[in-house]
Amino acid sequence: MQSTARRFKQNAHEAMADAPLQKALGNIKHGFIQKRRKAAARLPEFEALRDQAREIKNHTLAHLDFYLERFEQKVVDNGGTVHWCRTAEDARRAILSVCRLVGAKTVTKGKTMIGEEIGINDFLAEHGITPVETDLGEYIIQLRNETPSHIIAPAIHVNKEQVAEAFRKEHTHLEPGRLLDDPPQLLAEARQEMRDKFLAADVGITGANFLIAETGSSVIVTNEGNGDLTQTLPRVHIVLASLEKVVPTLEDASTILRVLARSATGQEFSVYTTFSTGARRADDLDGPEQYHVVLLDNGRSDMIGTEFQEMLRCIRCGACLNHCPVYGAVGGHAYGWVYSGPMGAVLTPSLIGIGEAGHLPNASSFCGRCEEVCPMRIPLPKMMRHWREREFERQIRPTVARTGLRLWAFMVRRPWLYRRLTGFAVHMLASWAHGGARLQRLPMAKGWTAYREFPVPEGSTFVDQWRAHQRQILEEELA
Amino acid sequence: MTTRGEIFARIRAGIGRDDALDDEKARELIDRLESPKRNLVPARSDLDRTRLVDLFVSMAEEAAATVQRVSHAGAIPRAVVSYLARHNLPMRVTMAPDSSLDRIPWKLEPMLALRQGKADPADEVSLTAAFAGIAESGTLMVISGAHHPSTLNLLPDSHMVVLHENQIVGAYEDGWDLLRRAQGDGEKRLPRTVLFVTGPSRSADIEQTIQMGAHGPRRLHILLVADYVGQGRQAS
Ligand code: SF4
Repeated sequence: MQSTARRFKQNAHEAMADAPLQKALGNIKHGFIQKRRKAAARLPEFEALRDQAREIKNHTLAHLDFYLERFEQKVVDNGGTVHWCRTAEDARRAILSVCRLVGAKTVTKGKTMIGEEIGINDFLAEHGITPVETDLGEYIIQLRNETPSHIIAPAIHVNKEQVAEAFRKEHTHLEPGRLLDDPPQLLAEARQEMRDKFLAADVGITGANFLIAETGSSVIVTNEGNGDLTQTLPRVHIVLASLEKVVPTLEDASTILRVLARSATGQEFSVYTTFSTGARRADDLDGPEQYHVVLLDNGRSDMIGTEFQEMLRCIRCGACLNHCPVYGAVGGHAYGWVYSGPMGAVLTPSLIGIGEAGHLPNASSFCGRCEEVCPMRIPLPKMMRHWREREFERQIRPTVARTGLRLWAFMVRRPWLYRRLTGFAVHMLASWAHGGARLQRLPMAKGWTAYREFPVPEGSTFVDQWRAHQRQILEEELA
Repeated sequence: MTTRGEIFARIRAGIGRDDALDDEKARELIDRLESPKRNLVPARSDLDRTRLVDLFVSMAEEAAATVQRVSHAGAIPRAVVSYLARHNLPMRVTMAPDSSLDRIPWKLEPMLALRQGKADPADEVSLTAAFAGIAESGTLMVISGAHHPSTLNLLPDSHMVVLHENQIVGAYEDGWDLLRRAQGDGEKRLPRTVLFVTGPSRSADIEQTIQMGAHGPRRLHILLVADYVGQGRQAS
């Protein structure tokens, strides 16, 4: 996906002036926030489960190579295939080649943020394969040619009139005068339209909330059931997942699932939680004939062992977005890429580079609510600060360097000033060294002297010495 | 280096370890996988049987499923017919080819047309048997297999599920134990899908307003039978 993260300030400005968007963002408060609070309060073990969820992921990340190998082995034992992909391009190619092998014309898709990350829809379309989003929110934004503005509610920025407009434009075979005033009518139409697409698709692509090393299973969580239809009806099921999704056992996944739904929507459990293990069995009556896992790195392995490793615990529940005053004010699109809110502000620079996403870690009031609600206890504000520091250093270096050069250029064009100042500097440096030959600390150059000593100039500047030398030659010649 | 090798090299560089784990550590982690331990299980479902069943019912209803309690399997045909009549549904049901459903005395309701097999897109009502009920959240644990086509859980508008009271367990972990036991030593793989269903399909994607029946069933009706079946039999 193309990033507009560089334009964050401008994006944010526009978002604040966007009245329909502001109205839509208002829904978050009455929905997600209250529901999460109630669900958390109702389970006395909620806080303890968060601790365990964090430990499970920490343990997994500390032995990520081991668990990935075990996961792969199990997938292969179950008759499936794992495609290892370093980059978005690798993943796009892997998916395309599976689609081509079965001569796919249409592909249905469950909601997958990794799919957005690698821009799979455009890529498939460019290669003559029609991608169909099946999650209602994703379908709406696909019709509107937009990207998701929330990781679990992709169309949260769209109001029902806009949905109706998109449906009328797309579903031209239906009666133009039909009523599309309220959500039930809209949902019924989407359901009807989608039915045929589910049945016609050759390949179904889903994401994964978890990959289970113990069994080689992939897990999806949905409320609509679209993900299950996507992975059941076509001949081929492709799971598109990033490599930090792996957890050791079914028990571990169950523990994290207990905090996932509660944090995301305030539900006790999502409607459909499905553990898929391989393709259809010999005597099964339905299900796909092939099971592929496209396993994407795309910058994640580089986060391991850094101050951003903890971000890999993220289970994409969206709680940090819902509770973020900045997200609440500007919405998801302002962040300019797939991931928004506090988790996006930390993750996006890791995945597409701080040069591109340098503004995002500043999109925070450091109120700390994100960390308070994050089920995986990810220290989001701390990591945003890490990025700010890095970005500050990155910005500061060229500036200091530029200013220094400009100053030097100014002075060499004014030799008298240059001589005076350098003469003064030599004198100062020599006096700081208290007669020694090397300086261990230099004001305003700590970055340099922290690792090396600065040689003390010997008495006079080059210009002075050269002058003296010239004078000496002249005197010798005259003598 | 292969892409796979490159990814592993990077991960190991990050972890600060040159190669795979040493044998001792690997053994420890393999044990963790082969004899999985439970993490904290909420006390909520730590109840006697009667209360456990009540918890299942109230949680399932909270998730917008409907639950009808019947005393024995012989009462199921009547319950099915009256449910269909109540919702103006056709007297046509597609049923999972499962022996426990076969044994129900369907002849008691001659008006009811039953077909066995996977779901057809035109099917309006399906009837399946659950593997277990999870009281903690009112969830049905459903597995796929020759006798349990997964499309029956997803395609029809109305999904009816037969669950016996003694199939109700407290937590998800109890469900996993039941499944591992039912599979025995022979089958090492999980069934193709293990599906946890908590209420009927829904979406809140339009203006954060919950609408029932997004892509999966609009209605989920649980027929909860008081008499017993052998636990975990459906896994075979
Ligand atoms: S950072 Fe935490 S709160 Fe935010 S999406 Fe990830 S897991 Fe949820």
